[in-house]
Amino acid sequence: MLSRVANAIYWMNRYIERAENIARFIDVNLNLQVDVPSEERSQWSPLIMTTGDQAFFEKNSNEYTQEGVLWFLTFDRKYPNSIINCLAAARENGRSIREIISSEMWEHLNHFYLEMMKEESIKMALLDPHRFYNIIKMRSHLFTGLMDCTMNHGEAWNFARIGMMMERADKTSRILDVKYFMLLRQVDMVNTPIDNIQWISVLRSASAFEMYRKEMHQVTPNKVADFLIFNKNFPRSIYHSLSKVQVCLHRITGTPVGTSKSKVEKHLGRLMADLEYTELSEVINIGLHEFLDDLQTKLNVIDELIGTTFFNIKTQAQSQSSEQ
Amino acid sequence: MTTFSTYDPEQFFDELITANGIPRPGAQLLIDKINTLPAGELLMRQKEAEALLLKLGITFNVYGEEAGTEKIFPFDIIPRIIDSSDWQQIETGLKQRIFALNEFLHDIYNDKKILKDKVVPEDLILSSKTYRKVCEGFTPPRKIWCHVTGTDLVRDSDGSFYVLEDNLRCPSGVSYVLENRQVLKRTFPYVFEKLQVRPVDEYPVKLLEMLEYLIPHHVDKPAVGVLTPGIYNSAYFEHSFLSQQMGVELVEGQDLVVQDGYVHMLTTKGLQRVDVLYRRLDDDFLDPKAFRPDSLLGVPGLMEAYKQGRIAMANAPGTGVADDKVVYAYVPEIIKYYTGEDPILPNVPTYICREDNDRKYVLENLDKLVVKAANESGGYGMLVGPHASQTERQEFAKKITDEPRNYIAQPTISLSRVPTIVGDGLEGRHVDLRPYIIFGEDIYVQPGGLTRVALKKGSLVVNSSQGGGSKDTWVLLPGIDQKEML
Repeated sequence: MLSRVANAIYWMNRYIERAENIARFIDVNLNLQVDVPSEERSQWSPLIMTTGDQAFFEKNSNEYTQEGVLWFLTFDRKYPNSIINCLAAARENGRSIREIISSEMWEHLNHFYLEMMKEESIKMALLDPHRFYNIIKMRSHLFTGLMDCTMNHGEAWNFARIGMMMERADKTSRILDVKYFMLLRQVDMVNTPIDNIQWISVLRSASAFEMYRKEMHQVTPNKVADFLIFNKNFPRSIYHSLSKVQVCLHRITGTPVGTSKSKVEKHLGRLMADLEYTELSEVINIGLHEFLDDLQTKLNVIDELIGTTFFNIKTQAQSQSSEQ
Repeated sequence: MTTFSTYDPEQFFDELITANGIPRPGAQLLIDKINTLPAGELLMRQKEAEALLLKLGITFNVYGEEAGTEKIFPFDIIPRIIDSSDWQQIETGLKQRIFALNEFLHDIYNDKKILKDKVVPEDLILSSKTYRKVCEGFTPPRKIWCHVTGTDLVRDSDGSFYVLEDNLRCPSGVSYVLENRQVLKRTFPYVFEKLQVRPVDEYPVKLLEMLEYLIPHHVDKPAVGVLTPGIYNSAYFEHSFLSQQMGVELVEGQDLVVQDGYVHMLTTKGLQRVDVLYRRLDDDFLDPKAFRPDSLLGVPGLMEAYKQGRIAMANAPGTGVADDKVVYAYVPEIIKYYTGEDPILPNVPTYICREDNDRKYVLENLDKLVVKAANESGGYGMLVGPHASQTERQEFAKKITDEPRNYIAQPTISLSRVPTIVGDGLEGRHVDLRPYIIFGEDIYVQPGGLTRVALKKGSLVVNSSQGGGSKDTWVLLPGIDQKEML
């Protein structure tokens, strides 16, 4: 397929996944606030930190209040990764590749975006945020479902999946990183009911709570990290997401998983091997934050290699945030 | 009281109703249907049709609009109906015309016989902005130059059809024809089925057949592409739609590269050769090495590969010279010259401003004439004399005196009208007709075409780029006895 088109479908999916992650994370935080009311800044700053865009947020003198943060993350047109801009970018990409996505996918994506633009949406976000963010999540899931059911599982679909899973792995790592980093500082609160609720909220941010409970039962920081990084079955774990990237990538290149011909396959293969053969205790020894930071860097490299290998993009300087 | 009981065709030829208020035979069934609809139903169907078009994304960017955003191309559900005998004349007339124009194009870029015989003035052709010197001495694959044409027809108050102009570069609108038909089948299913309207949807098949016809036999795994300027082009929807319907790749200039003399696409698996391009890009932007050097939309080296016979293009570069509104005035002679026949479809009477007598007449009668600039399209650069102010006419008179070669004038045609939904009633609105013609192994004329309607009351400007809209066009099969269906 055309390089430009592969690039567009990859990014279309990354942006939709991004929007959904923001919506989910906000939603969880809103619930957390009810259970554990605390000082606004410490309540809402983790959301900004997860995006990696706190410098941007502060430079534009936004307030660490519920309204300020929610507006920034959802409707701020100046912020490239706000939900509305993510959807706009997804739609623009979708529009340029309408001939390869199904009409159901396009109509839904178009509808998704146009609804967000309406005044009723802003009102709902302010007055009934839980309902609003839930709608975002559901529409995003519907898009994924439509893609699964109405699109040929050919090269284009595989690129789409790669985009989605790369974004998912990245966002899960950030959710874990930020919360762990912030929560662990409150050492005196370990094993208190509040602490428990905080960790449960981390799991909920990754839609992981019920599945976690089934497998791991007790909630402890280490077990949560283990689940979200290494669990093979849970769809949002970093391991699972990246294993899907690997499967889809190898379908595209035709080389069997476990072997590699191109640079991008090698980098991804190495990363997967690390995730396969590393134990949580080693991660704790290195430091979870360091481990996740390193992981994000590796994901950026892989993202860049995907661009140069398939999308005919010339190598650029490394950047912190990933945008199209 | 029925919907049509108060409808008044006035002094214009109405496509559905005669001067006595009686429905034309082909329209009887439709009008009966509309008249029996309960109050508000027609308007509701109109709204449903519009919603469907929006949902399908049948949009159009109007140049110069502030938002520059997509709007639905306005659509009115009442179709224009053409009976088979009228269509017969149109079809044969268009085939004759396109054949002659193709011969003309080949001649002027090669032997120039028609110019030597002084049937068409040589300087008119050679000095035209759209004459492409790089095409001289060239024979395109199968000797076809105008693969896809959209010829605009109008019907005057006497019921006769005239050719208003030919569009031989990148005529657009056929995708609206195809989508309008889908929508209208859902709006009036009963009537549609009973009338047995001739289908329009084989167009993409015919288009693909023509494109493949241009590739030499020996080419292994031939590849067809549609070349588009991209999503911000006003007709992008159509480029995307047609490529999808044909099942071929939609490419932009940036996706293509010329390597080892051949044109290739940049794909995820490396370079892949393209053998024929349906290019929806004007000549000027096609190749920065051959035409405008500042064009970012084209492919450097494309023309060289084309001239080497390593890629085919439809429409061939260089057809714009026959698109010229001044050359249009000579088309009846052109038809005679290459076929020996009189034109089956006449031109609108045309005054050529470069000719002294014609120019004198035009300047003295600006208030009665429509004056057009030779190379503008989309209704721009035009003066509608009777509707213009004194100042506008004076300004235009100056333009004509400064550059007479650039202008033609025609009497205002009393364009025919079709009933159109206005408010909660029906009023007549002026229409024209653009059938689409594909020149491949045979010449195919799509039955129907785009009926463009001037939505503003009294307006004669139907172009989409200036706020016109469209209707579906129904060409009926011959011999349908309308009475049996009532």
